[in-house]
Amino acid sequence: MFGNILIWFVIVPILMMAGLACCGNSNMKAIRGVMVAGSTVLLAMAIWLVVDFLAQRAGGNTAEMLYTGSWLWYAPLNIHLAVGVDGISVMMLLLSAIIVFAGTFASWKIDPLPMNFFLWFCLLSTGVFGFFISIDMFTMFMFYEVALIPMYLLIGVWGTGRKEYSAMKLTLMLMGGSAFLMLGLLGIFWHSAPEGGQLTWNILEISHNASIDPSWQRMLFCFTFVGFGVLGAMFPFHTWSPDGHACAPTAVSMLHAGVLMKLGGYGCFRIAIFLCPQGANELAWIFIILTGISVVYGAFSACVQTDLKYINAYSSVSHCGMVLFAILMLNTTAMTGGILQMLSHGLMTALFFALIGMIYGRTHTRDIREMGGLMKIMPYLGVCYMIAGFASLGLPGMSGFVAEMTIFFGAFEHSDLFHRCFVIAATCSIVITAVYILRVVGKLILGPVHDEHHLSLTDATWWERLSTVTLIACLAGIGFFPNWINEIIRNSFAPIISAIQTAI
Amino acid sequence: MDYSQFGAMLPELIILGLFLIVFLFDTFSGDGAKRFLTPLTTVLFLLATIAIWIIPGCDESVFGGMYIDDNACKAMKAILNVGVFLVFLQSAKWVESDEIAIRKGEFYELILVTLFGMYLMISARHFLLFIIGLESASLPLAALVAFNKKHYESHEAAIKYILTAVFSSAILLMGLSFVYAFSGGSLYFDDIRANVVNGQGSGLLIVALAFVLAGMGFKLSLVPFHLWTADVYQGAPTAITSYLSVISKGAAAYAFFIIFVQAFGPLFADMWEWMMYAVIIATITVGNLFAIRQRNMKRFMAFSSISQAGYVMLGVMAGGIGLASMMFYVFIYIVSNLCAFAVIQTIEMNTGKVSMDDYQGLHKTNPKLSFAMTLAMFSLAGIPPFAGFFSKILMFTAVTSTGSMALYMLVLIALINTIISLYYYLLVVKAMWITPGDAKIEAFKTNKCEKVGLCLCVLGIVFAGLVPYIYDYCVAAVLG
Repeated sequence: MFGNILIWFVIVPILMMAGLACCGNSNMKAIRGVMVAGSTVLLAMAIWLVVDFLAQRAGGNTAEMLYTGSWLWYAPLNIHLAVGVDGISVMMLLLSAIIVFAGTFASWKIDPLPMNFFLWFCLLSTGVFGFFISIDMFTMFMFYEVALIPMYLLIGVWGTGRKEYSAMKLTLMLMGGSAFLMLGLLGIFWHSAPEGGQLTWNILEISHNASIDPSWQRMLFCFTFVGFGVLGAMFPFHTWSPDGHACAPTAVSMLHAGVLMKLGGYGCFRIAIFLCPQGANELAWIFIILTGISVVYGAFSACVQTDLKYINAYSSVSHCGMVLFAILMLNTTAMTGGILQMLSHGLMTALFFALIGMIYGRTHTRDIREMGGLMKIMPYLGVCYMIAGFASLGLPGMSGFVAEMTIFFGAFEHSDLFHRCFVIAATCSIVITAVYILRVVGKLILGPVHDEHHLSLTDATWWERLSTVTLIACLAGIGFFPNWINEIIRNSFAPIISAIQTAI
Repeated sequence: MDYSQFGAMLPELIILGLFLIVFLFDTFSGDGAKRFLTPLTTVLFLLATIAIWIIPGCDESVFGGMYIDDNACKAMKAILNVGVFLVFLQSAKWVESDEIAIRKGEFYELILVTLFGMYLMISARHFLLFIIGLESASLPLAALVAFNKKHYESHEAAIKYILTAVFSSAILLMGLSFVYAFSGGSLYFDDIRANVVNGQGSGLLIVALAFVLAGMGFKLSLVPFHLWTADVYQGAPTAITSYLSVISKGAAAYAFFIIFVQAFGPLFADMWEWMMYAVIIATITVGNLFAIRQRNMKRFMAFSSISQAGYVMLGVMAGGIGLASMMFYVFIYIVSNLCAFAVIQTIEMNTGKVSMDDYQGLHKTNPKLSFAMTLAMFSLAGIPPFAGFFSKILMFTAVTSTGSMALYMLVLIALINTIISLYYYLLVVKAMWITPGDAKIEAFKTNKCEKVGLCLCVLGIVFAGLVPYIYDYCVAAVLG
């Protein structure tokens, strides 16, 4: 079991938690040591995984999932701890590792109770990594919930503003989503094999069996899609997201918007659509409407906000809506775009939240009406903010452009009126995005200095630079070399597309 | 009479022997030797627990079919024993306090007697033996509830408890006398099972079933028979409250399953399935809704335990795998609930505070206690990776196994209720970690025994779900 590299993505955060527990709250040096060492190991493992994955694919290994392993856990119900990754999960692991790494540096001076903060932070990462490596629905669901609950304490204890309210709202809404999700998973499990066959929680086996009959598929698709969709900030279940993100501490906003919201998209893709393809075919239109609303509504909402974190949180609603929107187009091109958008949005939004945290740490306000001319005061942070903004509005050369172009190309493959209308509406969101991004950049970064006291503020420290440079490098990397990622994820769509086509 | 039949009652004999040892030691030892009573009882009880856990059950029924100690019964007894052991550990300091010390022998004796009664309830396959077990399990409990002689609330609670216990027994007996009319003049579970179909559709039989359900419902504090619970839990000494909330409930749940599924099984779809739906939904929901408003921790745990009883009852809907899930649920519930009660009890002992508002800022003065409490709350709410998640999910999986749409909806309602319960469990977490302000409870040292008990509970919460040993033990015991 321990020979499988994927397991170590879960074990390393657990070891980090054990290490942290030994440190105590006062020994800041040791805490940072554990966190830096652990997150570096995770990042190194993720990079090695990408390289080795590519090498294996180049070597002609065409299996659906690589590095698979399965260990019996609860025998009476055939629950396994089953792991395996395809190109998409590999990229998601890399994304998570990058953001955990950057998040560690972004919370260099966390206060109070630093040990407890990182303890919950590591539990959250355990859940995220575990979710992406699992191919057994039960373990997947378990890790999904493991990733959700630490948010309550992370926001409640270390957050700002109306943190108690936001933390409770976020936790209850996401857990409410997972209640529907659990019911969907139970339904899938009890129909996972033909009459008399061995029931299974394993996603690959369920899709091979393809034994869920259409009437059940319709119901189960709705349950699982709504369940994951809540975490993907699908309208009208998105209201936890602005409040939660605005009140969370920097590193938590980064990890939550950067990775956790991707759990929703990934789950919709891997479970709702993959296992209930016929349900997806018939009922995708309902969710296209809802996610279409998310995309446009989120962008409009971002235009009228004055708090930097709220702007970015609504922009996340819009961008994550785009991810689900792309996945629901049910064709390879749009789905590729959806995955690219997940990566792009994860990095970009993490960069945004890191920068907002850094600016807030200096000016002690996030209201754009009370700030201005940051370029003159802290040029490094100003430039970074502009880069993040450009990535967000889809400037060519940055990741956002690649992702959104691919999505719209894929979406236009549907030639009926319904799809066309929604695609055009979604395309408009790019313009709206430009409006709110340029508005902030103009006011906050470029305009005149608003407050004399701000002139004495300093620019970024080394750990802040390290955190931002990592993210910017990755953003530009996707923007300039999208083919490289396309190479990794390309093969992963074949099973799902063939499942959908069989269903038609 | 063939006296070798008593050999089949090994667990009962062990507990009875233990009771005699404690009783004789308590009666005849001098004042100097009395201080060994607590360690002696605890250690002997630990040995008894281990013995019951590992000895195999005996599949043969004895006393003409009145009594059976098969693997499932024996496993349930072992699980209850673990809980009683934890209660002993956690009350080790309380029994030495001034008011109680002089009567500590009685505390152990009465607990052992009630445990003996619960064993009989679990193993009985004839209503006569069952009633004997039920009475010997509930009457001494009233004495235990009144254990804090000088506290007015303790007396009030005891009065409420004994009146409800007697009243519910009366209703149960009334129901059984109706059943007797249909079972061909026999109170054996097997005979009832064979003959009760004759009465299908009869109004009298419906009344009989409703009475039996109500009688058992009082013991389990199912809604609408739950009204005594909060007052009794609040008034009783905390050690007794924790005993009441887990052990007595666990035994009653098992007996409930055996009675309804074994004796009245053939009538499930026609007569009592819908009663169960109503009772389960009401229990889970009402318990949850009332828990939200409680500020006293013991009342809070009372409503939480009402709601948890609803989840335990879900097992009745699912046959054999349901029984195994129910036993697993009870085990996890024992460790989680006792963890919470251990914290409540040690805080009450040391500072006299039981209000949730007093818990504010607890992590500053007692970080370990607040950590244990947080884990207990997460486990009760069913948050992974803690054990409560596994017990809830495995229960839901078992319930949906029959594939009926109504059961899916029942599970959905239960799932939505877990969100409500998450809200109030998080209120405790919020009070301890988030609410600003100075801590109201000063730092204090926890007694060693309590520490050991708390550590065992925390270990259970963390590992009982991740390591499938307990679940496999329950499934192997039930399904062979």
